[in-house]
Amino acid sequence: MNAPRAAEATALMVSEEPYYRAVRGEAELFEAAHRNRVPVLLKGPTGCGKTRFMEYMAWRLGRPLVTVACHDDLTAADLVGRYLVTADETVWLDGPMTHAVRIGALLYLDEIVEARKDTTVVIHPLADDRRTLFIEKRGEVLHAPPEFMLAISYNPGYQSVLKELKQSTRQRFVALDFDYPAAELEAAIVARESGIDAAAAERLVRLAHMTRNLKGNGLNEGASTRLLVHAGKLIAQGVAPRAACEGAISQALTDEREMLAALNELVTSVF
Amino acid sequence: MSSSPRSSDAPLSAAELEERFEELIGAVLSSRRTAAGIAHELAARGRALQDFVLQWAAVTAKSSPELAYQFAALAARAVAELGFAGAERWLLAAMEVHDREGLYRASAELKDLDAFVERSRERGRGIAFDEVAPVLELFVAGLAGRRLRLEAAESAWTDTATLYLPARIALLPSHADNFRLYKLSAALLWAQTRHGTFNLPEAAYPREERALALFNVLEALRLAARLERGLPGLHRDLQALARPALGPEWAQAAGQLRRPGASAADSAALVATLPRSAQPPAWPFLGMLDPACAAAVRDERLAREKRLLRAALARFEEELRGARDEGASPAAGETPRLRLESAEGGEEIAVTLGGQPVAPPQELKRLAESVLQDLGRLPEDLLQPAGEGPCGAAAQAQPASEERPAEEEAGALLYDEWDHRRKQYRKGWCVLRERDVHPGDPAFVPAARARYRPQVRQLRRSFEALRGEDKRLRGEPFGDDVDLDALVRALAALRAGAELDERVFARRARHERDMAVLFMVDMSGSTKGWINDCEREALVLLTEVLEVLGDRYAIYGFSGVTRKRCEVYRVKRFDEPCDALVERRIAGIQPLDYTRMGAAIRHLSAILAAQQARTRLLVTLSDGKPDDFSDGYRGEYGIEDTRQALVEAKRAGIHPFCITIDREARGYLPRMYGAVNYTVVADVARLPLKVAEVYRRLTA
Repeated sequence: MNAPRAAEATALMVSEEPYYRAVRGEAELFEAAHRNRVPVLLKGPTGCGKTRFMEYMAWRLGRPLVTVACHDDLTAADLVGRYLVTADETVWLDGPMTHAVRIGALLYLDEIVEARKDTTVVIHPLADDRRTLFIEKRGEVLHAPPEFMLAISYNPGYQSVLKELKQSTRQRFVALDFDYPAAELEAAIVARESGIDAAAAERLVRLAHMTRNLKGNGLNEGASTRLLVHAGKLIAQGVAPRAACEGAISQALTDEREMLAALNELVTSVF
Repeated sequence: MSSSPRSSDAPLSAAELEERFEELIGAVLSSRRTAAGIAHELAARGRALQDFVLQWAAVTAKSSPELAYQFAALAARAVAELGFAGAERWLLAAMEVHDREGLYRASAELKDLDAFVERSRERGRGIAFDEVAPVLELFVAGLAGRRLRLEAAESAWTDTATLYLPARIALLPSHADNFRLYKLSAALLWAQTRHGTFNLPEAAYPREERALALFNVLEALRLAARLERGLPGLHRDLQALARPALGPEWAQAAGQLRRPGASAADSAALVATLPRSAQPPAWPFLGMLDPACAAAVRDERLAREKRLLRAALARFEEELRGARDEGASPAAGETPRLRLESAEGGEEIAVTLGGQPVAPPQELKRLAESVLQDLGRLPEDLLQPAGEGPCGAAAQAQPASEERPAEEEAGALLYDEWDHRRKQYRKGWCVLRERDVHPGDPAFVPAARARYRPQVRQLRRSFEALRGEDKRLRGEPFGDDVDLDALVRALAALRAGAELDERVFARRARHERDMAVLFMVDMSGSTKGWINDCEREALVLLTEVLEVLGDRYAIYGFSGVTRKRCEVYRVKRFDEPCDALVERRIAGIQPLDYTRMGAAIRHLSAILAAQQARTRLLVTLSDGKPDDFSDGYRGEYGIEDTRQALVEAKRAGIHPFCITIDREARGYLPRMYGAVNYTVVADVARLPLKVAEVYRRLTA
């Protein structure tokens, strides 16, 4: 590994332990997968801690972390890299995937189903026992070092059949199912992340459970742990709890008049 | 228009007014009954009032000069109390009574101005069920526990499946207060179903009316204390409205019920300890209790859900075992068992496998929590899967009618049927006809739309997102714009010695949904009641979203008796617009005979296959097993034939998708739908939204 690359790898290291509470031995499972060079698929609703888990695992394994948020214009070239034209010459620039393979990082492709279909071309050989990345434009084949690991995430909540993760893709991965943490744990997380007291955190979690009950009844998703942390931060700043919840939770979840009214009634019931 | 020489806004004098009244209602005036008094009173008022009275007296006099006289006499006071618009309503109400019931009743109505004033004030501050229902339904759904319906009724009560609320509340001085009262009534009823008011054995409930009312109050105290812990905001509101306050004779009981472990049994026991002097207070949010009715609903649900839960547990265990066997090394010998656990007095369940917690499927969790809610604990026999439960044990109903005489087979279509025993088709075995659905109640569709208004709005929005907007395609071989990124890439590649990539253009393209979908709705007799209602509501929501999408769609129902009378009912053909007639046909879908699914699938696949579209989707909506009462269609034969018909459809380039309403979770579904995608909806109430959701997922 040359010097600048080592420096970049250091920049991608997670230096401080991220706050993460393992629920069902997912950290051990992830470690086992890493040891055995098996890629992982993280399933779960938005804001339940998938990204935080990746940061935590990167810290725990002492590997740099490369995160790519996938979108519907993300092509294989965006992942692998491209030539750039500078003053009278062309320079090759590694994409995040190539970079991650080179430095033996954890590569995390968030919301993989959003990416263009042609990305499977580069994901598949990297995700099975070949563990290779073929850089077509340079005619180069990279073999992933043992420390490299691929992780992808997707939210089964709003999958569409046409945008579903293909069997040929998902069957290359060990799946970890994520959900919102159990009530007490979630309260502890909210309290710690936002700095509010335990009682207020518990109320926020109760409110979140109520909104999650409404999923599919006019709400696409219930309030995520992340939203609770936002509301908690507002409360910790001295914003009145009702106003904080209306702003950070009700209004964040919906624009529908009736749904807003119902959510605000739930807020006033809890606070 | 009178062309009075005076300026039009100067008040008329008493003499002028009297003269005008003479003209208008002279017929009912005499020397002893003159309009002088009225004219005198009005003369002192402004011209606006005078004009109002004269105008409406003239209108009224056309039907009844007497009523006009009475109106004129009271008009000034009515306007003072109600304003012009209110006074107009007061008069019109009386005129309506006059048209219907004659002068005597009308004048009584008119003279009772005070009552009218009282009623209209109440209207102003009161609030109607229809107004609050959409918000409250969501509110209650959010609180927790199983889904509850909301309906309007005489008074507030619940049977543990539906919350009945008064059609109108106007008890409190303001609109907002009355809304709060609605919310508290609903919340208290919800708390009754959630926290075990109806979980006692039937004999434990007080029989005598007063005792039951006292029990109701004690329960309200217990539930309020319970709410204080979880929902302090609601508790505060309850406290504020619990007026008049309770006397000291309640203090001891209230104290006992405030303990965290207090249950409905404690409330029942405390009834006898209250002194004779204790009277149930008239708290506005306090509804009625009907333990017998609640017990009936609860017992029926418990029996069903226990059976389902056993089956779900068994399935889940099998799944886990399958996953383990695939895993690297099966652990030492014995297979760990699944176990359901719930904390003492808790409302959440946990599932463990050999001591390790595992994440249960949503459905299993929902069932277990619902049973827990009804029993307050999980019974021992439910903690572990007990193999396949007695599935579908209910006796199959006998056919209502004997086989009807086979009609002539001419004009009908013949379809093959798969005989799994022979492993071949029976040629031309089923006789199928297309019929029209008889149009039903025109009010059904608008009512269903109103009922699901908030959800429809959300659905519309999520479907609008699918509609496909203009999209900029990059890296195209031709187009109306240069894709700079692609060009730079290509030039760079060229300089690096590679070939020049030609795909360097960008163009706008409309993403076309080229989709034809046919919905096939079960009209068999077993859908009678709620399932049929929900099927129709599901179609209403579907038409809403399909209109947004502009997808081509058709709706057909199916039913029949025997192979000679397979019937397919046209609700909407592909080439028909979704108009009032189609809406009435949706309303007219009703439960008929049996479910010979195979022939219907074959016929409708043929219709769908004739449509020019890139994607063809056949969505079936049924309530479970294909069934026909003759020639052995019931059971395996029907399942195999249905399976075969779906396979044929798939071969013909159609994507079938089956939605099954199945409260029994029967084991045959994976086999029957093995070849195609399907989903099981256990909770009928969720069907309408589920169907739209499934469609969105399928076609996004």
